[in-house]
Amino acid sequence: MTNANWPLWEVFVRAKNGLSHKHAGSVHAADARMAIEAARDVYTRRMEGVSLWVVPSSAIVASDPKEAADLFEPAADKVYRHPTFYTIPEGVKNI
Amino acid sequence: MADDVLFDHALRLGDDALVMGQRLSEWCGHAPMLEVDLALANIALDLLGQATHFLNLAGEIEGKGRDADALAFHRDVLDFRNCLLVEQPNGDFAQTIARQFLFSNWQELLMREIAAAPEPRLAAIGAKAVKEIAYHAKFASEWVVRLGDGTAESRTRMIAGLEWMWRFVDELFDPMDGAPSRRGEWDARINRTLTEAGLELPKPRRGAMGGRAGHHSEHLGHLLTEMQFLQRAYPGATW
Repeated sequence: MTNANWPLWEVFVRAKNGLSHKHAGSVHAADARMAIEAARDVYTRRMEGVSLWVVPSSAIVASDPKEAADLFEPAADKVYRHPTFYTIPEGVKNI
Repeated sequence: MADDVLFDHALRLGDDALVMGQRLSEWCGHAPMLEVDLALANIALDLLGQATHFLNLAGEIEGKGRDADALAFHRDVLDFRNCLLVEQPNGDFAQTIARQFLFSNWQELLMREIAAAPEPRLAAIGAKAVKEIAYHAKFASEWVVRLGDGTAESRTRMIAGLEWMWRFVDELFDPMDGAPSRRGEWDARINRTLTEAGLELPKPRRGAMGGRAGHHSEHLGHLLTEMQFLQRAYPGATW
């Protein structure tokens, strides 16, 4: 198998209406149409989704791991930002 | 519909799907890319699902206690009623795509009619299958365009694949299934995709027939040898 010449696409799947698309993985494909079909075959064969997004991997801008300390650590000691000080009503699943 | 006519009909539909599915499953682990490997395996599984339904129905109508497994694994080559197209070897990827393109476009039209047919058990299976097949036809048609309108080599291979498969087209429109009425729409679909791919319709030639009467090409015997090996060596084995 070779996929030397086909670009990589990131796949996002919406599990059901009302939820957001979640990153599921990636596929190789020559064009957007093929990427959607490959994503359908690879990631939604078992009823995992009702909607698909594919995005060229080259369009993703990632944070720099070296900046992780500056970006994320300041959040560690701010418990008041977490919604933990009130009770969640029963039956609410997606919050 | 009389029972024996209905039995034959369900058998033809089941055998087409079974043999096509078995052929496609030979690609598993060998396709050009992981994504295509999964796509072909998916199509194969759809077809095996259809085959199970149609052959179970055939067994039920026959009333001799045979189910889909018995019909799939304990019949000899002369008793298979699939069309010759589906048993043709995979060849290269373009040849496989050519076969799928011709078959799925035909099977979709056929299944649409069956889904609307008066026989309720056939119609139920057809209604479920038609969505799957519409995707198969789309998948194969898009690959015909990609290969036909791709590189010089992919184009050459696509033309060769269509040339190989073309002589098995006429059999699909055997009057036995009331099929000639589907020819016009099928031709239009095939033409549309080939035009988009920049390919010409293969030249007409004398069609090879006989699959529906059990006169198969040598390829089917080899396919069945592999498919039926386990049940013939260990009858009734389960796991």
